[in-house]
Amino acid sequence: MTQMTAPTSTSAAPVGVLMLNLKVKILRFDPDKDKKAHWTTYDVEAQPGDRVLDVINHVKWYLEPSLTFRRSCMHGICGSDAMLINGRNRLACKTLVRDVAKNGGTITVEPIRGLKVEKDLLVDMEPFFDSYKAIMPYFINESPAPATERVQSEEQAERMAHSSNCILCACCTTSCPIFWVNGSYLGPAAIVQAHRFIFDTRDEATHQRLGILNQNTGVWRCRTAYNCTEACPRDIPITQLIEEVKRAVMYGQA
Amino acid sequence: MHHRYDVLVVGAGGAGLMAALYAAKGNVSVACISKLYPTRSHTGAAQGGIGAALGNVQEDHWEWHMFDTVKGGDYLTDQDAAEVFAKDIIDAVYELEHMGLPFSRTPEGKIAQRKFGGHTRDFGKAAVERSCYAKDRTGHMILQTLYQQNVKAGTTFFNEFHVTDLLIEDGRCRGLVAYELSTGELHTFHAKAVILAAGGYGRVFKITSNALTLTGDLMSIYYRKGLPLEDMEFYQFHPTGLAKLGILVTEGIRGEGGILRNDSGERFMERYAPTIKDLAPRDIVSRSIITEIREGRGVGRDKDAVNIDLTHLPREVIEGKLAEITDLARTYLGMDPVKDLVPIQPTAHYAMGGIPTDLNGLCLSDGSGGSIEGLYAAGEQACVSLHGANRLGTNSLGDLVVFGRRAGIYAAQYARQVEYPDMPEGAQRDSQDLLDRLRDASGKDNAAAIRKELQESMMNNVGIFRNGKDMEKQVGIVQELKARYRNVSVSDPSRRYNSELIEAMELGFMLDCAEAMTSSALNRTESRGAHDREDYAERDDTNWLKHTMAYKDLNNDGNVVIGYKPVALKGFTRAFEPKPRVY
Repeated sequence: MTQMTAPTSTSAAPVGVLMLNLKVKILRFDPDKDKKAHWTTYDVEAQPGDRVLDVINHVKWYLEPSLTFRRSCMHGICGSDAMLINGRNRLACKTLVRDVAKNGGTITVEPIRGLKVEKDLLVDMEPFFDSYKAIMPYFINESPAPATERVQSEEQAERMAHSSNCILCACCTTSCPIFWVNGSYLGPAAIVQAHRFIFDTRDEATHQRLGILNQNTGVWRCRTAYNCTEACPRDIPITQLIEEVKRAVMYGQA
Repeated sequence: MHHRYDVLVVGAGGAGLMAALYAAKGNVSVACISKLYPTRSHTGAAQGGIGAALGNVQEDHWEWHMFDTVKGGDYLTDQDAAEVFAKDIIDAVYELEHMGLPFSRTPEGKIAQRKFGGHTRDFGKAAVERSCYAKDRTGHMILQTLYQQNVKAGTTFFNEFHVTDLLIEDGRCRGLVAYELSTGELHTFHAKAVILAAGGYGRVFKITSNALTLTGDLMSIYYRKGLPLEDMEFYQFHPTGLAKLGILVTEGIRGEGGILRNDSGERFMERYAPTIKDLAPRDIVSRSIITEIREGRGVGRDKDAVNIDLTHLPREVIEGKLAEITDLARTYLGMDPVKDLVPIQPTAHYAMGGIPTDLNGLCLSDGSGGSIEGLYAAGEQACVSLHGANRLGTNSLGDLVVFGRRAGIYAAQYARQVEYPDMPEGAQRDSQDLLDRLRDASGKDNAAAIRKELQESMMNNVGIFRNGKDMEKQVGIVQELKARYRNVSVSDPSRRYNSELIEAMELGFMLDCAEAMTSSALNRTESRGAHDREDYAERDDTNWLKHTMAYKDLNNDGNVVIGYKPVALKGFTRAFEPKPRVY
């Protein structure tokens, strides 16, 4: 284990603001240099209300420029910075320091599991998006469109409220034990996307999608472990949605 | 590596995805290049809605929307663009619905609509319900829906590729060069037409709603070639960013009835915009908030924020139609909008200026009709001058779909008619030089430190209120930071996912955008829309009813040459005379 010392702060601390002394322990791996992943610990100061992403950015910008991870929006909508933080899948930009560490404590950060690590916290997302594409993740209605909107009731629209909330961050799929042991399982995120179209009253491809989810890579692999629901940073009741898709497959309709 | 496509799209947000979709419908080969994964583009952060005169809730007409857009833009809006926009957007919203976008609905099952700042009926008489929305994640749904449709259409994506250069020779775009993040390899893309749709550059400011990736890359690449950036002085601060963080809090919060209050609980907007109060356009609300703070009526420990009050609204509205921002307030401030007042402050949000284009998205090379053959732009990157001096809320999502679509259509049409142009010799040379300089520099200066100084100084000197003295100082600061930037070195030598290299390159792009912006703002000696000068408080239509065109002086680095372009003061069928802007 390497230890970087040089305590520095993530933000210019205004007078009177509580600063925490923390250790950030990051699992690092560069396949061009390292035989295997290794932990490196960095000393930082942070405010309790800082995001874990602020802390990781600070490490990159001022202590260890080669540290690699994805990030973009900084407020939980782009889904880039899914990581394993203190053992749980979370978005680094939606996790506040005060919720994961006390003064003098340690925050551990690792890449999400089940996808190949390309460098440090950055993983190969292609298999995840391949599963997404496999469920026909697009609206299908080949009948001529009306001049204005297709009418849909408020209740029917609300049916998509949970599933359309998904930002494809992969927190759910990479927290799923079945996905870890069986990479061909489509995984929770893809099933949530399927749900979004299966329960859209305007869409006409329900049966095709149910057919895809009835295959051995599909919905029956789910063992109802609830990891996905716990991991979702958008509070989507994923396990419940998967159960709804299972019922739709069973009875052949949505 | 070498690639060849009829049409290349740079950027995979709303404008890029719409352009790619329409180019693909034009029977040409299309590829889309993004420095992210497409679903991570910043269009996803837009919350409140997309304005279109559907009239689903109240009577509405495209002429009213056109008027609001022109007046909202403080008459710097090109009225031909506003007319095309206000008509086309109606059709475009229906088209999004036909693509499956899950809009919120009225009790009759139509697309729901709500109020938004500056949108009125009867040419300014009262606020109108024009913003179509999908809860408060409208941008997220537009981004997802357009990506889904591109998956369906089989569009080719090059994800995590950073464009490093545009290949323009003899007034014709021939393709581009891009850096593949996973391998460190440069790729040459040969094309008949290129569409630029890579978003804004809000990261030049310290407090911003913009993603870390919004660094103005393509604007800078265009500008580095001696080509103009239009109206860069017009930069919008969104009135309601979460205090300290700058995270966007949708204007839909005021559209649903949210009220801004100062430290004594006063609804202060009644003093600044007596007719439409909290629903005044963004520039006016932002200045009103800063005025309250400056006069000592702010809230919070540093008295540098004001409150937004939702507590009088029903819980189901707050947790239903405003679920996204409720979650943001709870997550980041530990506050619950159902019972707490939420502190907000203005946040750098949107570039009204950018790469100048005509109505079809064709990029302009000067202020008198010159253009770059085969090069198009749309979205925040572009300046068709729909937004003029100040953009109305919801008109950015509208801009993306209307002008993204037009760019896609016309780029494909052009590509069908022409042969592939010859590629310039040594196409990768400039890109290679750029990367080598960053890799080989031996300086000790830190890119992050320079970036921080840039962001803080831009915030202080070219923010909501401006004056000549501060901006002159900022011209000097940007020059000094550019000089230091020349010595910045990248310590990570790796080829694989070298994000240090990328961030250093992005800083160079940001410095260019800041340079063009600061000089354009210093040059304009009037107050108009988002450009508010304490030393020139009045709008001056006699001298300044014209667009700024800022050029880099290629023979004298740091020097900006300013030119002008007339404002289109008439639409095709309607025209609105400049009038004082009161609400």
